[in-house]
Amino acid sequence: MLAYVIRRTLYTVPLVLGVCLFTFLLFNAVFSPRALAIQELGQHAEDEAIRDLIHKRGWDKGVVFNKQAEGLRKLTDTRFVDHMQKLLLFRFGRTQKTHEDINRKILLGMVPSLTLTVPIFIMGLLLGISLSLFVAYFRATYLDLGAVAVCVGFMSISILVYIIVGQLLLAQHMRLFPVYGYAGGIHAGRFLLLPVLIALLKGLGGDVRFYRTILLEQIGQDYVRTARAKGLGERVILFKHVLKNAMIPVLTRTVLAIPFLFLGSLLLENFFGIPGLGNMTVEAAANGDTQVMAAMVYLGALLFALGNLLTDISYTLADPRIRLR
Amino acid sequence: MNQDRIREARSLWAEAWRRLRRNRLAMVCLAVISLYLALGLLGFVPVRQRQGAGEAATVRRIDLVDWAFLKLVGPTDREESYVPPLTGRHLLGTDIMGTDVLYKAVKGVRTAVVLGGLTAAIYIPLGLLFGIVAGYFGGLVDDLIVYVYSTLACVPGILLLIALMSVMGKGLVQLCLAMGVTSWVGLCRLIRGETLKLRESDYVLAARAVGAGRARIILRHILPNLFHIVIISFTLGFSGIVLSEAVLSYIGVGVEATTISWGTMISMARMEVSRDPSVWWHLAGGAAALFVLVLALNVFGDALRDALDPRLRVE
Repeated sequence: MLAYVIRRTLYTVPLVLGVCLFTFLLFNAVFSPRALAIQELGQHAEDEAIRDLIHKRGWDKGVVFNKQAEGLRKLTDTRFVDHMQKLLLFRFGRTQKTHEDINRKILLGMVPSLTLTVPIFIMGLLLGISLSLFVAYFRATYLDLGAVAVCVGFMSISILVYIIVGQLLLAQHMRLFPVYGYAGGIHAGRFLLLPVLIALLKGLGGDVRFYRTILLEQIGQDYVRTARAKGLGERVILFKHVLKNAMIPVLTRTVLAIPFLFLGSLLLENFFGIPGLGNMTVEAAANGDTQVMAAMVYLGALLFALGNLLTDISYTLADPRIRLR
Repeated sequence: MNQDRIREARSLWAEAWRRLRRNRLAMVCLAVISLYLALGLLGFVPVRQRQGAGEAATVRRIDLVDWAFLKLVGPTDREESYVPPLTGRHLLGTDIMGTDVLYKAVKGVRTAVVLGGLTAAIYIPLGLLFGIVAGYFGGLVDDLIVYVYSTLACVPGILLLIALMSVMGKGLVQLCLAMGVTSWVGLCRLIRGETLKLRESDYVLAARAVGAGRARIILRHILPNLFHIVIISFTLGFSGIVLSEAVLSYIGVGVEATTISWGTMISMARMEVSRDPSVWWHLAGGAAALFVLVLALNVFGDALRDALDPRLRVE
């Protein structure tokens, strides 16, 4: 098991390096150092200040080859190596406009993001599976048909509409929830209720349809017929036999989503003023802050790799027939 | 008896069409999608419009949708901001500038069609080319292509889109490019898998045995058997593309604010709904136009997949 985990981790090394290279190409090779400096200092910066900043940041060095340096440093003292080092060692630097420490911002932003995404994740999973079991129990009836229709309808509505209408009706008109804002500690709950509710509603359509497809596929298998033939009740079959066997595809979707909880939710955080990582990303995109964007893309890729690893490990826990090799 | 069987045999496409035609819901959705496509294409038909009279007349080039609304609703009047629906000549009301909401919703179709069409023109050739090359030739090329798309797939889709757009800047063409870059990965993976399987199939072996070259095998024997995957992934992917446009335009990295799209309509309307009394029709117009297309694409895409290749259901 440990050997497998180590090997799988090694597999992800080239991928992570690839993502670093990609962010380098995307954010550093596209803009000239001068354009980057002007972005940071503003349109009316003086030439001297721009030159100083370019030198301070090391943007005047060669991209992959530094002529001024000596010996081996010709290859290591370059913009490319600087960039890779920054990401791989988690030294993300400072934001372009406000000069805040990005590492600190990420650590601080993770908490509000998690308080939003973890309840959504847990409640969404429980609700999704119980509703899909319910629908699968009544399969091939009008109830089933209606449920699928509602699911497809829910999936086709833009997330923006859920948020705008939810905020307008429930918070502004009915005054059930605060419209905007966030507070630390126990008071966070008050502000998080509405975003969580909206996210659950938004996610339910796709989830229920997905779980239902998986459950129905299992119900068509031979072992279900055998169970029925030996006289087991529909409920025992559904909850004990089918649900257990449906866990593999459910796990794929669920475990893969866990690492992304750290990234928060772009739109919900932005609309409801929750100071998490999603909000930070949206602001960085609006300001064109390439340092923050590069850090977030890199973090996202790392978390994805982690999710893949967790998924593979969880398979063996769920299904003893699967051996790790 | 054998003769009858042979006469009954239909091609994959004829068989799929026969199954689709029996599905009444899918046919309704196909009609809705066709209507959207037609409305979108009308936005490309140029019309010459004469302004003024006599010597001072100038000729303006506008499109058919502009022309139709000019004739039926009349020119935009700034005095008429926030006219509620069903009052006077504005069926769905107007926005802050006095622009007819129905006009904006119809203009949004054109943007959506450009978005879907141009994105498809980028990602389908990319996905097909790399997928077939990787699947058919294998070896080092395969490793390289799989490495590139696995790397891209590591970055969460929406984050990749935002990153690309923040580098390229706002705009419809840039958005199509960014979506093309993010969309080819999924298609390439499917095409590669199918090509791997087809390469070993009996009929390809037979073609090779009678001396068909690589090019002939790929173009005549493999490519036609991949088209159903392309069509399914395009139909189901189109809805994702228009939904993403709305989100990206709201964040401020989508199309320009001056481009009329459902995304810009929804983001403009965000502040208007909280006015007192609420101006809800601008939001409703954009959201409904988006919803109907996405719903039709989802339902039709599912039916298409079931008719052409039910194996693709489990992904």
